[in-house]
Order: sequence, then C-alpha cells, then structure tokens
Amino acid sequence: MLLQVEGLRKRFGRRNAVDGVTFNVAIGEIVGFLGPNGAGKTTTMRMIAGYLEPDDGRVRVDEIDVAEDRARAQAHIGYLPEGAPLYGEMTPWTFLRFVAEARGLAKNEVKPAVLKAANDARIGDYIDQPIDTLSKGYRRRVGLAAALIHDPMLLILDEPTDGLDPNQRQSVRELIKRLGADRALILSTHSLEEVEAVCTRAIIIHDGAIVADGPPAELAKGHADGLFGAFRKLTGAAEAA
Amino acid sequence: MKSLLAVYRRELLSYATTPIAYVFVAVFLFAIGLFTFQVGGFFESRRADLTGFFAFHPWIFMVFLPAIAMRLWSEDARSGAIELLLTLPAPTWALVAGKYLAAWTIAAIALALTFPLWVTVNVLGDPDNAAIFTAYIASVLMAGAFIAIGSAMSALTQSQVVAFVLAVLASFLLTALGLPIVLDAATGFVGGGAAEALTRLSILHHFDAAQRGVVEVRSLIYFLSLAALCLGFTWLAVDARRGA
Repeated sequence: MLLQVEGLRKRFGRRNAVDGVTFNVAIGEIVGFLGPNGAGKTTTMRMIAGYLEPDDGRVRVDEIDVAEDRARAQAHIGYLPEGAPLYGEMTPWTFLRFVAEARGLAKNEVKPAVLKAANDARIGDYIDQPIDTLSKGYRRRVGLAAALIHDPMLLILDEPTDGLDPNQRQSVRELIKRLGADRALILSTHSLEEVEAVCTRAIIIHDGAIVADGPPAELAKGHADGLFGAFRKLTGAAEAA
Repeated sequence: MKSLLAVYRRELLSYATTPIAYVFVAVFLFAIGLFTFQVGGFFESRRADLTGFFAFHPWIFMVFLPAIAMRLWSEDARSGAIELLLTLPAPTWALVAGKYLAAWTIAAIALALTFPLWVTVNVLGDPDNAAIFTAYIASVLMAGAFIAIGSAMSALTQSQVVAFVLAVLASFLLTALGLPIVLDAATGFVGGGAAEALTRLSILHHFDAAQRGVVEVRSLIYFLSLAALCLGFTWLAVDARRGA
C-alpha cells in the first residue's frame, strides 16, 4: 500500500477535528473524500501532507513515516491546499520554477519539469501573466501544476474543482483521471457526481470519523437517491441538530 | 540548501516585483539624508567624517527594517501560501534562513546606496576610511539583528501591521536600553552594577563604539547572536504552526 493512515487524531481546543481515521490507498486508486463542512477532510489531508502534526496516529507514504522523516515522505507527495494559495505577484512560470527548485530538482530538470506540469495542467498561453490577473480556474490549474511538478506517487488535492465553471471542472476531472492511473490520488469535494464520475472509491467522513468506505456504486446501493441518499443518511444528523 | 536558495531568490523576486522595496529604499535614503544633514549637522561640524551619519542608524533602522521584514511570514500565513512552504521537502530552518537573508539583502542594498556620502567626505577632506568601513560593517550586522527581530514578530501574526508594530516596539526597547536616561533611571531601581549590565545588552551600546570605527569582537558577536536568537525564535514559531 502506498499510503497507510492509522488511527489519526487531531484536536483543536476541545473539539476532535479528526478522531481515529484509518485507511490505506494503493497505486491506481482515486479516492474521493466526502463529508459536510467541518467534518475533518481538510485536517486529515493536511496531516497526510505533513503540514499539520497529528496528536496521535501514523501516516506512512511508501513505508516512510511522515512524523519521523517528514522531508523524505514529502518528496513523494504532491499537495494542492484548500483554495489553492499561490504567490500572486509571480507568473505561473516563475512560480512553478520556484516550486521545482525548492523541491530540489536538479538544474537541468527544472525547465522540463515546469513545461511538463504546465502542459499537463493546461496552463498554456497564460504562463507569463501575473497570477493575480488570472481567473480562478487558471489559478487552480497553476496550483495543480505545482502539485505535479516533481511527478509524485501520491497526490492530495483539497477541493480541486471548487469554484470552477463546468468546462474547467470537466477538464480538471479528465486530468485527475489521467493522473490517477499510475499513482495514488486523494481528492476532497462537495460534488457527489464528481465522485461518481472520477473516483474508484469514496470515503465519507463525518464528525472526524470515517462512516463509509467503498466504491461509489456500492455505497449508493440500496438508497433511492443513490450516493446522495447514502450521504444524507450518514451525515444528515448534523443538519438536523 | 537548494530550498534555501530557492526561497531566497523567490523573496528577492517578490521584493523586486512589488513596490515595497523601492519605496522603502527611497524613503530610507531620504530619511537618512535628512537626519545626517539637518539634525546631524554634516556640514556645520566642519569635520570630514560620517559620525553624524552613523549615529542615526539605530533609530532609523528600528522603523524602516521592521517595514521590510513585516511581510516575511505574516503575509504567507494570511494568503495560505505558508501551506505550500511547509509541505515542501525542506527543513523549516532553510525556509526561515532563505526569507531572512532576502530581507537582509534589501537592507544591505539600501545601506550600500548611501555610498555618495562616503565619496563626499573624501572629496571634502581626508577621513579615516578604515573607521568608516568598520562602521559600515557594524551597521550591516546591526541591520541583520533588526531584520531578525522583524522576522520573529512576523512569524507570530497574520497581520503585517501587527508584525510591524511589535517589531518596532521590540527594537526600540532593545536600543533604548543603552540611553543614558534609561541607565540613570535603572540605577535608582536596581543599582549601578545591574543597570550597567542592562546597558550592555542594548543595541546602542554595541553600535556606539563601532560607529566611531572601533571594532569590538564582543559587539560583532552580540549582533550575530541577537540575530541567531531571533531566527531561532522564528523557527520555533513557524514550526509551532504544524502542531496548531
């Protein structure tokens, strides 16, 4: 298993944001994280990416413990943070070059890596425009390109299609499918149809714990509204309360 | 090391592509000129030296250098870009050092642009150039300490304004400890010995000898250790985000 997550816990103040999350992801899997806002999706992804340290539990990427050997584990991870933060005064070109250099790519590898990532994320003609002047869709693509630049085995994408128009969403979904074929990929989303369209597996998180884990079609089985019915049944209590 | 250099270059690029560094350098040069000529009495002193120039450095630095350092961490925390930095396969100290060195470089460039004054005193008279050189070295090191204070305060908050105010305050306290008025007041409270020791901790005390051209290894070590201490604090504050 490329990614092993074991008993992950994180508290913020008195609240258990993530409360004992365990799952594994193999290469070739595209896992969709589903759950209401505040369920613990982003916190879980941040802990896997090595941005937050868990209070308890373990994350191993290719058998490397993230807590023990963070930098070596992070070398295998590509991460798109929530909202795709970037340096707005830079251009996609200078920004991607920075990420490639900061990730320690060899001098002669930097340019090809930037061109390939920019091409994969379809940044195209906008590569020399200041990021601040780009549309939300293009900024998201620049964030995706940054996550891809070192050709990581594990991709963690926090709401990669949030705020995109239908065309942009479609092209990002195609990209995700393409990328997920030969690596492990986790994405979080609020779109159930997205999970059905691109994910091989769905994990539903509620109140910091996993309440369902399986192929989207299987989770949908037995519910009149399919995956939506399952999602409502498993997480709807929060809305009612 | 590669990540340190990459962060250093990125920060420099960011200073170069946003107005802040240009505005800073211009206003800094204007302020330092104003103080040197108007308050320091550069011409009236009728001496070919730069003591009237260097004497104002601690006071000008404590306002200007926090303005350069304030964005180092607070801006990334606000925009979320810090998440990108902290998920790079790089040790936190390399990120801290890269950002710090970039801000220090801007300060050093601003200081280097005061060279016409040095040329002027050489045209007007026959100054002790070795002493001036020494004072410049001490000034660059002192700038490094002020920038490090600014970096530490910037790591504490998402607001550049708060980072700026905190850094000016901390810089002022550390500098003013060396003022005679503080020494006199402190003597009354804690006795002469302790007050004297307190003075020795001040930036002013250590820059005082240096600006007259006397290099004291103690003072150089003081500036370097003050910078190291503040950078260590920055490192802790940035790493604390991972546990937050």
